Amino acid sequence: MHIAEGFLPAGHAAGWTIAAAPFVVHGARAVVKEVRENPESTLLLGAAGAFTFVLSAIKLPSVTGSSSHPTGTGPGAILFRPPVMALLGTVVLLFQALLLAHGGLTTLGANAFAFAVVGPWAGYGAYRLTRAAGGGLMPAVFAGVALADLATYVTTSLQLALAFPDAESGLAGALLKFLGVFAVTQIPLAVGEGLLGVLLFRVLTVNARPELERLGVLEPAPLVTTGGAA
Amino acid sequence: MTRRTLVTALLVLTVVALFAVPLLVDGGTSEFGGTDAAVTEELEADGYAPWFESLFSPAGEVESGLFALQAALGAGVLGYVLGRLRGRRTATPSATAGAGGK
Repeated sequence: MHIAEGFLPAGHAAGWTIAAAPFVVHGARAVVKEVRENPESTLLLGAAGAFTFVLSAIKLPSVTGSSSHPTGTGPGAILFRPPVMALLGTVVLLFQALLLAHGGLTTLGANAFAFAVVGPWAGYGAYRLTRAAGGGLMPAVFAGVALADLATYVTTSLQLALAFPDAESGLAGALLKFLGVFAVTQIPLAVGEGLLGVLLFRVLTVNARPELERLGVLEPAPLVTTGGAA
Repeated sequence: MTRRTLVTALLVLTVVALFAVPLLVDGGTSEFGGTDAAVTEELEADGYAPWFESLFSPAGEVESGLFALQAALGAGVLGYVLGRLRGRRTATPSATAGAGGK
């Protein structure tokens, strides 16, 4: 999903930067607010950032004979709501743009919009919809984490199609072409990432129960008068 | 083996299989090039010239080292947090802490 440095026309690069900036600023304020009001969130916030840091560094093979990387923005969006990930995701992209020549500064806005804004919001939406429809926590986590991944790559395809419409088939043709490169390869990766998200939440539901209850991910358990053994 | 352990093991196996199968089925015919680079090449083939270069471009081996560093930092922090959370739970067996308050 990284659009390489200098690969978006200047107008598009500027436009996406302007579009992403308010989300990132709002996200930075959300992180500061969260840490100030709930210092006990810091650990989980670190876990959310770390998850996207690891996953976006690992290129995985897919059935199409290409490889791509997951995004890891879903769990943070589910735990802390999407604005927090707008900041954390952009930090990851900046690290990669500056040190790895992966992505770029001119394309940071567009990449942040796909990776740190649209992905987290799409994943959070899928999570909330699944919960609202009566789905359990784990199916909702799977849907949310997988969709955060896939939506990022769909957005990148759309950004490229807008910048480089096909000479004959126009925007739609270009979109299909870029989706063909990104989205199909990404489907197995999104499924794998969804399963990793489920594994993460299986650990968290046992070990971080108070935090998950406060964040509204888990229902507060009725006070059990711990009498005998199980 | 409890049911919980079994489910965890199956989830891990599925994730591994999801990425091992493409490699095995393929039998060495594909390059598994990155999709990001594929798009870049396609655009360059169509005559697009990037108008800005990366400020710093690490050489191949250094680049993979830096990618490994990124993954290591993430995995290290994640492991630290999960370890602390687990340690906190096992250290206070009275369970459901953090209630009470105002």
